[in-house]
Amino acid sequence: MLLIRCPHCGPRNQDEFAYGGDATVKRPADPASASDSEWHAYIYVRDNPRGPHEELWHHAAGCRRWIRVRRDTLSHRILATGPVHGPLAEEEGR
Amino acid sequence: MVKYSIFSLLRNAVSNHENWPEAWRSPTPKPAYDVVIIGGGGHGLATAYYLAKEHGITNVAVIEKGYLGGGNTGRNTTIVRSNYILEANAHFYEFSLKLWEGLSADLNFNVMLSQRGVLNLAHTDADIDAHSRRGNAMRLNGIDAEFLNREQVKAFVPLLDCSENARYPIMGGLLQRRGGTARHDAVAWGYARAADARGVDIIQNCAVTGIRREGRRVVGVETERGFIAAKKVGIAVAGNSGVVAGMAGLRLPIETHVLQALVSEPVKPVLDCVVTSGAVHFYISQSDKGELVMGGDLDFCNSYAQRGNFPAIEHVIRSAVALFPSFSRLRMLRLWAGIMDMSMDGSPIISKTPLDNFYVNCGWCYGGFKATPGSGWMFAYTIAKDEPHPINAPLSLDRYISGRVYDEKGQGPTPWAH
Repeated sequence: MLLIRCPHCGPRNQDEFAYGGDATVKRPADPASASDSEWHAYIYVRDNPRGPHEELWHHAAGCRRWIRVRRDTLSHRILATGPVHGPLAEEEGR
Repeated sequence: MVKYSIFSLLRNAVSNHENWPEAWRSPTPKPAYDVVIIGGGGHGLATAYYLAKEHGITNVAVIEKGYLGGGNTGRNTTIVRSNYILEANAHFYEFSLKLWEGLSADLNFNVMLSQRGVLNLAHTDADIDAHSRRGNAMRLNGIDAEFLNREQVKAFVPLLDCSENARYPIMGGLLQRRGGTARHDAVAWGYARAADARGVDIIQNCAVTGIRREGRRVVGVETERGFIAAKKVGIAVAGNSGVVAGMAGLRLPIETHVLQALVSEPVKPVLDCVVTSGAVHFYISQSDKGELVMGGDLDFCNSYAQRGNFPAIEHVIRSAVALFPSFSRLRMLRLWAGIMDMSMDGSPIISKTPLDNFYVNCGWCYGGFKATPGSGWMFAYTIAKDEPHPINAPLSLDRYISGRVYDEKGQGPTPWAH
């Protein structure tokens, strides 16, 4: 069970959140001129790291805001959390 | 290889079963092979077996970081079926199911295939429509399927709560009678023994630490026991596909997610088929030992941890008790988890890659076990001929570039939701 620190609400149970996937993928800046391979990279290809992973979570049963979480996919330890576009605050003492 | 038969059993019974020969060798790796398969689970071992049997390529090594079948081959819930809608999947999984039906005889190893039927429950009018459509699609592809109404479901699975006021009302179900279960360890062991007998080297406890490339060609693999040169390299490493493909400089349309299963204490026979519910996200069967084997959803976030999390366990137990009230007093014996190679469309990948002599077998999501024979057969074909068989040609890596994806649920590229 994860305890996820929502930057707006504080630490909350994982059950309150919905997962939103890899936070590092970027939609092509100019969709009209993006090539198939650029769309392919954005839509389908992932780093899928075994270790720290930047990801989006939706605090669906809380403030209903999206947040950004850096979590280790091997240990499940949450390393840092923050707003989607803001700086991440490191988790301390865990 | 000593042929297993009633006569070899009797002969060894006389000597208290102390003189059985080893089922496969533990050879020292040679400096070079024609084909190196990374991953000694069912898929990798089956690939090696069919390379030797179908294509006469016997200078093959299977390199496994742990022990045979210690990954997802030994962690699944042993279900075998071919109830798919889309043609690419239907033909592939049906090919695989047909191989299952002759597998014990082919391998001279009892994989304990039990075609006890797989029943998908329908709980709503929409479920009835969806299951009927699936059943019709299956029958059009020559695959057996029957729709059962509620009375028939009740007769088929007496312990299900088919009452009017059930938490998940049961309105019918789609039954594939040829589906069922098999013994998962036996599949790895049977393929290992049969491949070894044809000259394949199976190298356990030897992690691959790197893949050596010269331009667009792979020249071999770095392992804990030194460099091994290879004319062709194939990977069948399930949840570690991203990590191993990364060693060759490739990125894949794959995310790794953890899936749990659990078993109860063994009880007398109470459930003689596999029951699944897509609406509830739950499935259950009874093992030959008597344990009720059950599972549910992924944990819904990327994970390489081969262990589970409580929310998913709670969901599984809640579902089990809602559908089968009489199971409420069962105690759970153990639980475990495996890491799934979830593809972006929920369908598998058996494919060539942008590298000349490097092949990938991945994207099995949570359906890899039933695919084992077909996956090995098709992967062997693809490696031997350097081109896919017509059956696995649609399941290529470049379908994600062309947009010809096979998304059974119409879910889109959210791999944790397939």
